Amino acid sequence: MTSEPKSSRLSGGPVGFPFAPPLPLFLLNPILKRIVHRIAAQNPDMFDRLGPHRHAYFLIDPVDMPLMLYLRPDPEALDFRAVNRRALPPHVARISGKFLDLLTLMDTEQDGDALFFSRDLIVTGDTEAVVCLRNALDDVDEPIAESVADMFGAPGRGALNFLRRAAENAQKRKGAST
Amino acid sequence: MNAPVKPELICPAGTPAALRSAVDAGADAVYCGYQNATNARNFVGLNFTPEEMEKSIRYAHDGGTKVLITLNTFPPSGNVQLWKDMVDLSARLGADACIVADIAVAAYIQKHHPDMRIHLSVQAAASSPEAIEYYVREFGVKRVVLPRIMTVSEIRGLVEEIPCEVETFIFGNHGLMVEGRCSLTNYVTGQSTNMDGACSPAACVKYERAEDGSMSTILGDYMIDRFGPEETAGYPTICKGRYKCDARDGGYYAFEEPISLNASTMLPELINAGVHAFKIEGRQRSRAYVKKVVAAFREAVDSIMAGEEPKLADLVALTEGQKQTEGALKTKKWR
Repeated sequence: MTSEPKSSRLSGGPVGFPFAPPLPLFLLNPILKRIVHRIAAQNPDMFDRLGPHRHAYFLIDPVDMPLMLYLRPDPEALDFRAVNRRALPPHVARISGKFLDLLTLMDTEQDGDALFFSRDLIVTGDTEAVVCLRNALDDVDEPIAESVADMFGAPGRGALNFLRRAAENAQKRKGAST
Repeated sequence: MNAPVKPELICPAGTPAALRSAVDAGADAVYCGYQNATNARNFVGLNFTPEEMEKSIRYAHDGGTKVLITLNTFPPSGNVQLWKDMVDLSARLGADACIVADIAVAAYIQKHHPDMRIHLSVQAAASSPEAIEYYVREFGVKRVVLPRIMTVSEIRGLVEEIPCEVETFIFGNHGLMVEGRCSLTNYVTGQSTNMDGACSPAACVKYERAEDGSMSTILGDYMIDRFGPEETAGYPTICKGRYKCDARDGGYYAFEEPISLNASTMLPELINAGVHAFKIEGRQRSRAYVKKVVAAFREAVDSIMAGEEPKLADLVALTEGQKQTEGALKTKKWR
């Protein structure tokens, strides 16, 4: 179980975030479950890269959203759900970053090490488990963000394109300010 | 002196997806390794199974790209069988070359697979004409990957003296040390970079964040750096850590700074020096990195060979610590 320090660089909270889903978790979780089962079915080999860490629970922390994601990438017992920030379940590692940065990682447009170097991605807990998860997700054929968008047809792909533009603009703004 | 040749672009791949990205982005050759100690990037969750390697070689060859297999660690005394097995496997799968550091591995290839090209890994740290001639004469080495300690003018002089091809690093990790001889990780973790293939294995790395947003990097039982809330970070390797020592006040990068090599502005000079191949470091990086860096250098090399002003993409966002240097290629005083 990892400690839960506050992030000063990755602060801001959900206030003002334009994509924060107003959905209650009981509505969101069946969708997340469908997503993770689809990705697992499409990429059965990805679990090999996780080794013993496939049984581990990961917390994925989009710091500018009101919820966190809880993932167990075990093909025999897949689990992916949203959890309340105030009641975090046990986990071996936590990966924190802004939602758009995490999205671009899943879209294979961003390099995780680069985000780590710039301190836009924070990893705590079992580093080896996180590295395995990163390598497993990076080795899938179709970017996961695209697979998820395809599940929701034209609206899904439209939303992904919108988010991609938002991520690109955020990158440009960041580049201009450094 | 002969006219400069168009250098091959040698690109990294830690996974089959990264290999496909490198091929699609215009790599002339991809270097990659197996999931065992024969590979100097023997990191968990990374690298290729034999089946993945077979498919990946087929994909690369279909795209006109060569595959160079890294067998670039040093077998422990009396325990060479794994290295021999991986050489045999690589030959069977149709690899275009093996990159080796150890003379026993080179001798085995020469004896049992005389048609297999041998590239001498940077891990062999061969930089003098005498050392390189020895490897060429005794083992039939076709190419040497030069340590990152040489200036362009030294490389030019070497190219004129030695009877094999020369490959230089142009981008990525700037970990100099005496390559292939570094025992810092071994000292702290008990695992050897040079024999086990893992520098700072992830199982030994921990990041601890404080309330003020600062972050400490712990390797084994030792804190090797502490970054302020707004400071950029580097790899969790001892050579990139900050230490208190008599020479300086406060924490000091006693070995190397977290910074990446970027020789993009020096490509014309390196081509004129007669370098045969440019190597991009980063098998541990994502395919996003591979795609961006390979595409940028593909365009730059092609422009230079066409006599055009090269377009140099801004790659600083992908560099360690978001800092870059031309390193020893430009001057021995790179720090």
